[in-house]
Parts: sequence; structure tokens; C-alpha cells
Amino acid sequence: MTAEASAATRPLLTVEHLTMRFGGLVAIDDVSFVANDAQITAIIGPNGAGKTTVFNCLTGFYKPTVGRLLLDRGDRKFLLERIDDFRIAQRAHVARTFQNIRLFPAMSVLENLVVAQHNRLMRASGFTVAGLLGLAVYRHAEQKAVELARYWLDQVGLIERADDNAGELPYGAQRRLEIARAMCTEPVLLCLDEPAAGLNPRESAALNELLLFICDEHKIGVLLIEHDMSVVMGISDHIVVLDYGRKISDGSPEQVRNDPAVIRAYLGEEEDKELPPEIAADLSNPQDGQDPKDPGGTA
Amino acid sequence: MEYFVQQLINGVTLGAIYGLIAIGYTMVYGIIGMINFAHGDVFMIGAFIALISLSVLGIVGITWVPLALLIVLIIAMLLTAAYGWTVERIAYRPLRGSFRLAPLISAIGMSIFLQNYVQIAQGARVKPLQPVIQGGVIVMEKGDFTVSLSYMQMIIVVLTIALMTAFSLLIAKTVLGRAQRACEQDRVMASLLGINVDRTISLTFVMGAALAAVAGMMFLLYYGVIDFFIGFLAGIKAFTAAVLGGIGSLPGAMLGGLLIGLIETFWSAYFTIEYKDVAAFGVLILVLVFRPTGLLGKPEVEKV
Amino acid sequence: MATENRTTQQGVGQTALEGLDLPAIAKDSFMAAVLVLALAVPIIGLRTVPAPQGLDIEGRWTGVAIAVAAAFAGRFLLNIWWAQRRSRQRAAQLAAPALDIGAYVQTFAKYIGPVLIVVAVALPWTPFASRYVLDVGILVLTYIMLGWGLNIVVGLAGLLDLGYVAFYAVGAYSYALIAQYFDWSFWVCLPLAGGFAAFFGILLGFPVLRLRGDYLAIVTLGFGEIVRVILLNWYDLTNGPDGVSKIPRPSFFGLPFDRSPDQASESFHGFFGLEYSSLHRIIFLYYLILVLAMVTNLFTLRIRKLPVGRAWEALREDEIACRSLGINPTNTKLTAFAIGAMFGGFAGSFFATRQGFISPESFTFVESAVILAIVVLGGMGSQIGVVVASVLLIGGTELFRELEEFRMLAFGAAMVLIMIWKPRGLLAHRDPTLRLGSAGVGKEAT
Repeated sequence: MTAEASAATRPLLTVEHLTMRFGGLVAIDDVSFVANDAQITAIIGPNGAGKTTVFNCLTGFYKPTVGRLLLDRGDRKFLLERIDDFRIAQRAHVARTFQNIRLFPAMSVLENLVVAQHNRLMRASGFTVAGLLGLAVYRHAEQKAVELARYWLDQVGLIERADDNAGELPYGAQRRLEIARAMCTEPVLLCLDEPAAGLNPRESAALNELLLFICDEHKIGVLLIEHDMSVVMGISDHIVVLDYGRKISDGSPEQVRNDPAVIRAYLGEEEDKELPPEIAADLSNPQDGQDPKDPGGTA
Repeated sequence: MEYFVQQLINGVTLGAIYGLIAIGYTMVYGIIGMINFAHGDVFMIGAFIALISLSVLGIVGITWVPLALLIVLIIAMLLTAAYGWTVERIAYRPLRGSFRLAPLISAIGMSIFLQNYVQIAQGARVKPLQPVIQGGVIVMEKGDFTVSLSYMQMIIVVLTIALMTAFSLLIAKTVLGRAQRACEQDRVMASLLGINVDRTISLTFVMGAALAAVAGMMFLLYYGVIDFFIGFLAGIKAFTAAVLGGIGSLPGAMLGGLLIGLIETFWSAYFTIEYKDVAAFGVLILVLVFRPTGLLGKPEVEKV
Repeated sequence: MATENRTTQQGVGQTALEGLDLPAIAKDSFMAAVLVLALAVPIIGLRTVPAPQGLDIEGRWTGVAIAVAAAFAGRFLLNIWWAQRRSRQRAAQLAAPALDIGAYVQTFAKYIGPVLIVVAVALPWTPFASRYVLDVGILVLTYIMLGWGLNIVVGLAGLLDLGYVAFYAVGAYSYALIAQYFDWSFWVCLPLAGGFAAFFGILLGFPVLRLRGDYLAIVTLGFGEIVRVILLNWYDLTNGPDGVSKIPRPSFFGLPFDRSPDQASESFHGFFGLEYSSLHRIIFLYYLILVLAMVTNLFTLRIRKLPVGRAWEALREDEIACRSLGINPTNTKLTAFAIGAMFGGFAGSFFATRQGFISPESFTFVESAVILAIVVLGGMGSQIGVVVASVLLIGGTELFRELEEFRMLAFGAAMVLIMIWKPRGLLAHRDPTLRLGSAGVGKEAT
């Protein structure tokens, strides 16, 4: 399934020298990487490696201390570090999901997806005036919004639950809904923060399919934080490994899997020792990979 | 210059009272992240209990001032603490982990309830008290303007400093203080480690109420009049003080109280007395807009 | 109180009273009674009364006894009720689905709404339409309108505004002063007053709406007090505590309701050839506030189904998620704040023209708290809940006038108890604004 990075791919996101300090704590230290358009780029690393912080910088929730985050959509370029959080989603079209799912629990599944199309609908409703008057422009726009929502509900298999409250969905369905909601903003870059966390193997496999579909059919870049190696190794085109806020490896799944620095980060400092066979098997066998634990303990 | 010094003394005294109330706000906010809206009314109840017990002592015949004041102080602290405990138990504990606005609304309800409860039980009229501690020392004299420091003001400042010190030690050194700080950091983890979170939160309310009782008693003795409505304004100003100093921080609460006391006093002295409350509220809005973490508060990183 | 746990461990399968640990319940209730005794003795038991030398104390021990007995009995019954509920749940092995009154009312809202409107419209023509009844009706409708206005801010957008009365005051004073100085008609002054109130809403909202919920609450409270203090002290403009009087009364499209108006104009009763009656003006005011309130309601129902309305609700649910979807939180909150303020301003204008006299005393924090209580008790976001709560709270207190002093006490207690019982309010129930029904694509929910 792994597609090799072809020469035709175009860099969508270029991160250069990203550094984020909280007081004295350096959460990210001079990290640079590139994520290509229409490819899946995974960011992995032990707990506390700074993965989510990278996402928060990308989506404007944190302002990076140092660094340049260039999003090149082909037609327009954006320096994400200079844009407010909601404008990144609004103008640069970067969408994200959250590690702890953030839906609108008291609103229906369909409403969650329609809210995601807020800016387009706002314009169509003439900033509420045309909507209040009940003009046809707005009604058409709303129908189109519902159509888009219906399309994504079909893709994530939630069409039956469209009128239920989002908060009443089971956990796995909430994760899928959050992805559908992000896709309803029509992003060019989709950032997923541990989408497979808490999913059972079957749901996890379905997630793989969904992500590949999003990437191949909709030709958008996907940036993925994940612990589940079966997801990461199975679908990523490119993997970036972080440890203690630094980038320690970067390359194709093959390259990363065999990188001694990565093995060291995941399995501890004793680099001379051979890997225990079952762990080596886990790492190289993406099918039944498990949540890698960091035996060295993280900060 | 003399006028300035006199206002400084008055401002510090007022600030000490605000600071003591502010500690109650700041501790509760630190531990459960909620504004205890009824805290100002707990302060008012403290003042009433002090007034009532003073009157009873007067009738019983205990008139030696130091003894009477000590008894009043103890009674007021104990009974007000009981009020603080009850308020938490009824209005806040059942709502822990509930809908975001629910505890705040129940706190407002509690505040309205307590105000009207005292109004009905004790009457709406202003309650005067004969001066208990009179006299003072003259600090400066120039022409016919004298700068005086009354004994009452001395007592207020000294008592406040003593309580603050004792209290800081309590938080820093004792098991209770440690439990409290643990709950502030992470309530779930604290309970997993065997800390009784409910009891720790209750004790926080109890301590806040006891300090508010001291403030109430000092307010009563200093101003000589109280009514059922004093909690509203004093509460908002003390909350402003807590925010100004940095909510969650004990020294911050004291510093904020001092600043609010000084701002209010100087504003009344040099500008207009009518708008002194506007000054306090204005400060509150400015602080929240420009420095929401307050002077000594730690910057809060938004959890995404 | 530990009985809660102790009774849980009672044997399974026992029913009703058999499973009760009566000694433990009695002990728990006794402790509650002791606590209440300690609380009640100083405040209720010893009443301070003015005396020649300072204060005297008057004992009122019956009050204490009643409080203690009530605490004991209340706690006892509460414990039994808890225990029974638990044993019922054990017997059923799962909690029976709680009766959702809100959903129930909502299903009938289609019918209840029109019925209520018909009743409201017909009221002045029914036999009991005395001046008193209409006055109460006007009062209740004013609070319904204020509740609906605040519902936009608190119920939909989730912004806890404790200074709503400030906008009510701004509306009332703008109306009074404009009408007095420029002698413009009600229909010109009304939008101006609403506009002023909305402007104040934006003025306050812009800097403070980024604050977290509870900070926002306290800042709006402070703002409400600032407005009141300014009204109280700015003599040149507001006449201070004496208030503004002789505010022009509304006219029926230029026809005043006076018995004998100036030569220039004809009076209402003259024009229609009716017998003069002071009731005409009251009926007119009644319909005026009914129309204003219905406009507020229709506006809210409509805007809830527009993007901005959905964004308000989404912000109430999760602001961070909204930001990740490209929704501008400050602007969205600001519209809610400004629109809520505008309706507050309209209601204020009506208040001013109805009273003919306004003073800062009408705009205290308690007023804000009452409006908030109406919204909260009715069920945040529920339009019909506001109606029910207003009728109960405002109409109800009118019925029990002699208990005036207990009114606010009951208010406060009700706020606490209802929050404990139903944190989202009595009739809190939300229907989706859009449905993906099988019938059609995105058919609007009715």
C-alpha cells in the first residue's frame, strides 16, 4: 500500500527551524520537515515528544518561538506562524482534529458538519441579512452544505445517525465524525491528532481505508500523529520521528524502521544490544503492530 | 504630603480587609476553577455574627475589650466557617463535573439567598455599633492637619499580616496544604493517590470563610455600621483584588487587595467619591483585558 | 454525609423500607439538624434591634426551632427518597429513562405556542380583563421579552451576562432623553434606543468577550454597576437619583390617549368615536409589548437556523473546535451580545414609555439576576421555558404579594435547587436546526 514518494509530488507544507518554548521548557527544538501534497505524512515519537505541539503551532493555537511554517497551495502561499488560529482554517484551509475529541456534543451530527461550513454559509446568508429575509441564495447554499455533509456521512458510515446528537455516538464514531467535520471545511491540509487512539483493530483498518481515500480521491495532504504502528507503517508515505522535541529521523517507512536512532528512542539507550526478536518483529510487521511504549519513561 | 500619608494609612487598612476576603476567592478558584459568588455574602454573614456575638457579650457582661474581641473572633470564625462549609455542600458539591455554567448560576442563587436570608432575619436597616476601640497615635502634625493612625487600623494591619503568615505556612508546610496544592494541579490524580478531594475542597471553603469572618469583624469594628448588602460590593472588590494579584496566588490576593484599597482611597480623596466604585470596576475590566493572569499569576497555557 | 454509601451496601433484592438503614439515616438527619442549629442560632435566633445604647438582642427561638425541624425532616425524607430510588434502580438493573419534560413540552410546542398566542391576544377582550390583570400581563410580557433577549446571549451563545440590566437601562434612558429633548415619536425613538443599547453591547463586548465564562460574568456584572453608578451621578444628563419624569406617553399612530388633548391633535377615542376610557392606553401598551416580544421570539427562532445562530451554539459547546473550523469567535460572540443588548434596549424603551418615569433604582443587579433566573430556570435556549418561568416567577409573585419579602429568598433557593436537579433548566430540550430526514434533503426542522 505504501506509495513511494514520486518526483512529481509537490511540497505542500514546509516547516523550517520550528522551535517552541514554554518558559524554560523547550517543547520543540529546531524541527524542520516537509509534507507533500496528496501524501500522508506521519509524525511519530514517544509520549511527550512534542508532536501535538507541532500541530498546535501549525493550526495557530500556539505562536512558535522561532521558525517558519510555509503552506504552499500552488495558487497562494501562507506563512502560518503569522496567522491567527481561526484564520488559518478560514483562509489557508488547514483543518485539524483533536487528541481528546472536540465535537459539539449537544448538536446533531448533521449540524456538526454544517457548522464546519460556516464561512461559506455566512457569505451566502449575506452575513445573516439575506438569511433572515429567507432569500433563495441562502436556501441553495444550505442545500449544498447538506449535500456535502451527506457525502462525508456516507464516507464515514454515519448517515444513519445524522439526526442524533453527536455526544450520543460511540467513541469510534465520534472520531470518524471529527474527521468528516474537518473534511467539510474543504481543507488542503488535514492534520489528524491520534485518530486511531481507542479504536479496535477493525475500526483501525477502516480508518486506514478512509485516510487513503481522502488522500487519493481528494488530493489533499494529510499530516498524522499516531501511536498505532499498523496505521503509521501501513499508509504513510513519509514519516518524521520526534524525540524530546527534536527530529531524530525522517524518511520513508522502510528507512525509519531501520534507523538505529529511532530504535534507540523507542527501546532505550542500550544500542549495542540486539533487539529482542519479538519487538523487532513488531516493528517490522505492520499488521499486528502495537502501541509502542517508551520504557525509558518520558518527561 | 500629610494628606497623602493619611490616605496611605486608610488605603492600607482597607486593602488589608479586601485582601483577606480575596484569599477566599483565590483559593476556591485555584482548587475548583470557579468563582465562589457567594463569598462576599459569607463575609457579610461573618460581620453579622461578629455584631451579634458582641452585643450578646455586652448583655452578658463581658466587657473587657481584649477578651470580648477574642471570643467574638473565635465565634465568628467558627460559625462563618460552618456557613462556608454548608454553602459548598449544598450549592457546589452536587454540581461538580456538571454543565459549565451550572455551578456559577447556583452560586449566584446562593448569594441572593444569603442576602435575603439575613435581610429577613436581621432586618433591612443599617446596624450601628458603638465604637469598641478608640484612640490612636498621631504620626504627623502640621498646622491644624494631623495624620493619625488609630489603634483599630494597627490591629487590622497586624492581624492581617499574622493571619497571612500563618496561612502561607499552612499551605506550604502541612499535609492539608499539600493535599490542597495537589488537588489544584490535578484533581483526578490526587484522588487516585488517596487524597480525599471532597474533604480538601470543603476545607478550602472553610478556611476561606474563616478568613472572611475576620475581615467581616474588622469591617464592623472599623466602620461601625453594617447591613445585609455589604457583601455585594466588598465581594466584587475583593474578587477584583484576587484577579489583579493573579487568581490562584495567595501573595497575589494580598497585593491585589492592597492595591484596590489604595486605588479606592486615593480616588475618593483626590477625585470624586461618587465614582469610587467605578474606579474599582474599571480596574477590574482593564486588568482582565490587558493582563488576565494578574500581577503575580502564572501565565496559563491553553490546553488544546 | 456518609449514609449515602452505607445504604448502597444494603442487601440486594430487599424492597422499599426493608432495605433502609434507619439508624444511619436518623443519625445523618440529626447531624444536619445540629448543623442548622449552629447556623440558625446567631442569625435567626438572635435578632439585633435598635436600642438607646447601640443594639439590643431579641430572641426568636421559634424560628430556630422551625429551621432545625425542617432540616431534620427534610434530610430524613431526602435520605429515604434516595434509598428508594436506588433500590428501584437495582430492581430494574438499570436506570429507567428519565422523563424528559423538555422533549415532551417540545413535541407539543407546535400547539402550545399558538394556543398561548391566542390566549395572549384575546386576554384584553375577556371578562377578567381588569386594569390590574392587564398590568400584570404587561409586566409578565416585559420579562418574557427580556428573557428572550437574554436567551440569545446566555442560552444560545453560552455567554453568562450578569449585567443585562445595563442594556435595559441604556434603552430606557436613551428613549426617555431622546423623546424628551427632540420630541420624536415612540416609533422613531424605539430603534434609536435599541441601536444605542447594541452599541453599548459592542463597546463592552469587544474587549471582554475573549475572556473565559466566569470572568465574563464578573466583568458584565461590573459593567452593569458602572452604568448604574453613572446614571446615579451624572446629574446634568440623567437628573441623578431623582430620575427622568414626564416621559412622553405613546400615541396610537399620532392619536394620543388623553381625555382632552391639545387643540391641534385629535384623541384616540375621539377619532374612533369611542367613549373615553383609561383602559384604552393600557390595552394599547399590552398589545405593544406583545408585538415587541413576538418580534424577539420570531427573530430568535429564525436566526437559530442561520449560520450565525449555529455558530453561537457551537461556540457554547466548544470554542476551540470552532476556532479550528475557521469561525471567528470574537465577532460571533459580539453579534450575540449586540443583538441581545438591542432587544434589552427595546424592552427598556417600552418600560420608559409605560412608566412615564425612570430612575436608576429600577436597574439594579437584582433585576439582572431575575432575568437570568428566568432564562436559567426555564431551560437555557428554550423559548417556551422563558414563558413558563416568567409566568411562574413574575406572575406567581404578583399572586403572593403579602409574601413580598420572601420573594427573593425563594428566588435564590430556586436557582440553587433547579441547578442541582436539572443543570440545564426545567424545559431544556433542543431540537436540531436541520434534519437529514428521509423525506427530503435538508428539510428544515419544524
